[in-house]
Amino acid sequence: MEFVSPEGLRLDGRRPMEMRQLRAKIGAVDKAHGSAYFEMGNTKVIAAVYGPREVQNRSQQLNDQALVRCEYTMANFSTGDRRRKPKGDRRSTEISLVIRQTMEACIMTHLMPRSQIDIFVQVLQADGGTRSACINAATLALADAGIPMHDLVTSCSAGYLNSTPLLDLNYVEDSAGGPDVTVGILPKSTKVTLLQMDSKLPMDIFENVMQLATEGCKAVANYIREVLLEKTKERQKFHGV
Amino acid sequence: MEQRLSNTWRMTINEKKFIKTSLLADLRVDGRRPFDYRRLIIKFGSEDGSSEVQLGQTHVMGVVTSQLVQPYRDRPNEGTLSIYTEFSPMADPSFEAGRPGESAVELGRIIDRGLRESMAVDTESLCVVTGKLVWSIRIDIHILDNGGNLVDAANIAALAALSTFRRPECTLGGEDGQELIVHPPEVREPVPLIIHHLPIAVTFGFIGEENIVVIDPTYFEEAVMGGSMTATLNTNGDVCAIQKAGGVGVLPSVIMQCLRLASVKAGDITNIIKNAVKSFNTERSLRKIKRHNSSVIDVSETAQKVDVKFSTNHVNRLKLSEDSRVAQGNGMEVDGQISQKEGTSKRDSSAKSFIGGPSSWDPHSKGIDPDALRASFASRVVLAPTEKLEDSKVDEPTDIEPNQPIVDDNSYISPKEATNTKSKTNEEKTLIDAIKPKHRRRRKASSQH
Repeated sequence: MEFVSPEGLRLDGRRPMEMRQLRAKIGAVDKAHGSAYFEMGNTKVIAAVYGPREVQNRSQQLNDQALVRCEYTMANFSTGDRRRKPKGDRRSTEISLVIRQTMEACIMTHLMPRSQIDIFVQVLQADGGTRSACINAATLALADAGIPMHDLVTSCSAGYLNSTPLLDLNYVEDSAGGPDVTVGILPKSTKVTLLQMDSKLPMDIFENVMQLATEGCKAVANYIREVLLEKTKERQKFHGV
Repeated sequence: MEQRLSNTWRMTINEKKFIKTSLLADLRVDGRRPFDYRRLIIKFGSEDGSSEVQLGQTHVMGVVTSQLVQPYRDRPNEGTLSIYTEFSPMADPSFEAGRPGESAVELGRIIDRGLRESMAVDTESLCVVTGKLVWSIRIDIHILDNGGNLVDAANIAALAALSTFRRPECTLGGEDGQELIVHPPEVREPVPLIIHHLPIAVTFGFIGEENIVVIDPTYFEEAVMGGSMTATLNTNGDVCAIQKAGGVGVLPSVIMQCLRLASVKAGDITNIIKNAVKSFNTERSLRKIKRHNSSVIDVSETAQKVDVKFSTNHVNRLKLSEDSRVAQGNGMEVDGQISQKEGTSKRDSSAKSFIGGPSSWDPHSKGIDPDALRASFASRVVLAPTEKLEDSKVDEPTDIEPNQPIVDDNSYISPKEATNTKSKTNEEKTLIDAIKPKHRRRRKASSQH
């Protein structure tokens, strides 16, 4: 199948190095301490953060740092074929673990010992790159909750199809069986915290694809900063400062 | 996640500090240098497709089994490959019995991604009837002892088990050409899987703020490290999978350096696996000689097999020569039977052996040792379900399988060597022997399809 036309356009009309449209909204869940809604093209996710609060299960309490928990779920209606997925299947368990560990690395957990932070992410519409979108949404939600963090983690994916590196794969490109590299970075230091890849790719091409995904992450980081700044200004106005 | 903290052993601050400071001086607690791999030992069970990997203190067992199933609707001509992990509380108190925990799921997914997404195993060759029947290969990974770096050990165990696994051969036959015949291993040599390349997982641990990189972290280093990365590569320099699930940030240049290092290690590990598989295969073909000896039906199967039988008998006779004269009498008797059979046509002989005529064994003869007798009984029981298939098989041209010459080569070995291997296979019982072979039962069931 042709994923890049001779004119250099992808199936959804983007250029190879072009990202999908990003949209973010802070404050999607009223009850939560922090929440955010994040869109990457047709991938739509919602994230809610509770905490830092008392540890529910005392046996899990950590005396030197906060306990971070994460749950990733996909809505039944999020994919093309509507089917009830068992809660806690292997894929979502793994993604929960990945998101948790990624967020744990940027939260200053040592400042909140003996407490717990819960992150819930829900995929409303899946069109490839749900993992990245969830991490971005979770970052925004954590920032909204006012949880101290070293940096804003951002994530983006990239692939390699028709011997062209492609940024931010959608579902069709993702399920084409080509390589899919998901990168999560700490934008200030450009250190890679999350890196996942599947399928086969020679090492030098992998370096290029990873570079491309890192650039994508930086673009997401700029956008997220803008959104946060806007929200802060709005709040400032609201409080009449 | 609930399992994560409930039962874990926690390291003291002093111990952590000790490991970290000694790493600053390029020293590791077990005396390795930062980029040394632990000693890798691969053992195989007596059944095809089972392996036991020892990586330092880590102990992992892999078992591969197969079953005929209906394919997925979107891939009608591809077999399936699935990986199941079992983290027993025996290996580590933090593993809980019952549902697989987070770490078990992650390990399974890493191996799954390395093997399946990179098309390491040819799934199209597992197709029997398009849209109706394909082979489903199942890899079971059991963690027996957790000494750190379970991913690499489990991956090696899976690869070793896959490369020694053989599925029974099956053909379509019957009146309408739609009936499926699964040939028992005694009748037709089982076929190995087609493996395009070996994706080797190599894990790195990142420790401390200085981001010290160590390869193949031990249990203690895992308790200290801030993050880890598993890179799965093959010897062609392709990256098959990478998993760095959060944890401390690492510079992209460090990641590329790790990948290059991993590619070198992958080459070394591939060699170890290949050598182990090779020695297993030679041992296996030696063992097969013994098996032919006990099953009489094989004698008449093909001309070549008779040939093999001859030489094995020869070996056997030599071996038994120091035994009692009675045993020798037995050997002579089988010998005579072969020469008699050589005269008859193939169809005849297979029919005769099938009935189990007087030539196969003589219950009244005192010369038969109980072992051989038991073996011949056993072979008859195993072969019973093939009865109804026999007539269709007779008409088929006998194909000489590519595996056959290997057997031939080994038939030249000295009698001393033969006895050696025989005793070795008898003595060397691994943990795998304790497990009931599942696929034998399944195969029987599937032959009724």
